Amino acid sequence: MKVTADIALRIADLTKVIIPEAEMDAYLEHYNKVFDYADELQKLDTENVEPTTYILPIYNAFREDVAVEGVTQEVALKDAPAVYNGGFKVPRVME
Amino acid sequence: MTKYTTVIGLEVHAELKTKSKAFCTCSAEFTNVPNTHVCPGCLGLPGTLPVLNKQVVEFAIRAGLAVNCEIQKYNKFDRKSYFYPDLCTNYQISQLDKPICLAGHIDINVDGEEKRIGVTRIHMEQDAGKLVHSGATISTSDYSGVDYNRAGVALIEIVSEPDMRSAEEARAYLENLKAILEYTDVCDCKMQEGSLRCDANVSIMPEGATEFGTRIEIKNLNSFRALVRAIDYEVQRQKEVLEDGGRLIQETRTWDDANGVTLSMRNKETAEDYRYFPDADLVPVIIDDAWIERVRAELPELPAQRQARLMEQFGLPKYDASIIVSTKAMAEYFDEAVKTAKDAKGVSNWLLGDVSAYLNNEGISISEFKVSPANLAELVNLTKEGVLSSKLAKKVFTEMLKEDKSPKALVKELGLEQVSDEGAIMQFVEEAIAENPQSVADFKAGKDRAIGFLVGQIMKKSKGKANPGMVQKMLKEKLQ
Ligand SMILES: [Zn+2]
Repeated sequence: MKVTADIALRIADLTKVIIPEAEMDAYLEHYNKVFDYADELQKLDTENVEPTTYILPIYNAFREDVAVEGVTQEVALKDAPAVYNGGFKVPRVME
Repeated sequence: MTKYTTVIGLEVHAELKTKSKAFCTCSAEFTNVPNTHVCPGCLGLPGTLPVLNKQVVEFAIRAGLAVNCEIQKYNKFDRKSYFYPDLCTNYQISQLDKPICLAGHIDINVDGEEKRIGVTRIHMEQDAGKLVHSGATISTSDYSGVDYNRAGVALIEIVSEPDMRSAEEARAYLENLKAILEYTDVCDCKMQEGSLRCDANVSIMPEGATEFGTRIEIKNLNSFRALVRAIDYEVQRQKEVLEDGGRLIQETRTWDDANGVTLSMRNKETAEDYRYFPDADLVPVIIDDAWIERVRAELPELPAQRQARLMEQFGLPKYDASIIVSTKAMAEYFDEAVKTAKDAKGVSNWLLGDVSAYLNNEGISISEFKVSPANLAELVNLTKEGVLSSKLAKKVFTEMLKEDKSPKALVKELGLEQVSDEGAIMQFVEEAIAENPQSVADFKAGKDRAIGFLVGQIMKKSKGKANPGMVQKMLKEKLQ
């Protein structure tokens, strides 16, 4: 698969990244390197291989259901750029 | 005009009753003070890692077994990516292709007809935070405040098969599911407060068709009434679009309860693209048979079993039993009352009748009902023993609603004590006989029913206070 400028812009939109026009070629080169590698992997025969989602032989790392005091509202909001009614102030969410 | 079949599937989110959140140790309790049940983990700060709360898995297994699912041994968590300020990680931890429960079912009964509704899957995930908008609505707000107290609270999502064919079936399914989640104590099921939330997928197709129509998802259904109204509205809207030669587009709509309409939610991202991938911060969960069987053995009595028990143990009609078991609180109230009540059907009559009417009127649930089960049982007994006529029992009940007092004490206080004085009763008997010669003649001609009328007259004269047993006996003796 070849990544085109259209696809690159769609990825950028989904991930909230801005690709300046002057840098598009460089981005495409990077994206295509990743996709080419994925193409290489696609060639492998995985017919009898179980899907792997986690590579370490660890499972069931649980904690008990005990509540612990977190941080105060003051600490939580300390680095917030703006605050509204004890909440993190965010700009308009719907166009 | 074409006849259409409605097809409905429900997606229900239930907040689990864990003490702490799913992946961090913050309290999962509700609080009104924003951003006080938060930590670097649920605030999405760098350098934090999620660790799964074991109780979340326990509750999900319990809920799954209660709706007849097969528990999946291998579980993993995935990241569902989206940009919206209600989660500060920009992804929600969920389960995509390896949900914990598959292939269950819930049986419903609508108008006496039994039907089995499939449960496709149940998966574990985390809840999002809450946005408080500056304006009246989301679209008129220039900014919002985000509260992350709810972010990271454990949820299960229960997805049904598109097996329902009417709003009433959807309602019955949701009622049964809610009762099951209450009985298993995994969720407190407060729809108004959002601990149980429901989205409905609704489509229509020409009668007899095999291919489903375009699916519309309706969000923001926070009551049973909203669910029914939204489905009815949406079915009508879809019919009108098709009848006008229009085409439906697959979309998400929100229910506007005040105006009774569904509204399109314009989505900026053209298609849903959540870019799911496994969350490498979380290790797999492997559930062995011993775990599943232990949870199965510990399952409490479920609504269907309880209904069968009430019918068998107390001889209640199916209708009565089904209403009583529909909420855990009502079922517990009944069980408590019949401990001392001498007439189980009498308790049921009160619960389904005056008690339910009162609760509906006040807009409260039976857990907030002031009259104790023991006092209701006493009232039932006073009626059963003939101390109170049903009319006077209602009078006493009205007093009990004001203050949860013993009905026996109220009978004394209100001077409703039964008249058992022979002389007094005889006077009523004689008056009634003198005033109703026709009934007396009827009785003597063999019409037994006439005695009922005379008893009624005597009770009326005594303002309901004459001992009915004595009235019967003395009247018969007098007429012999
Ligand atoms: Zn936290």
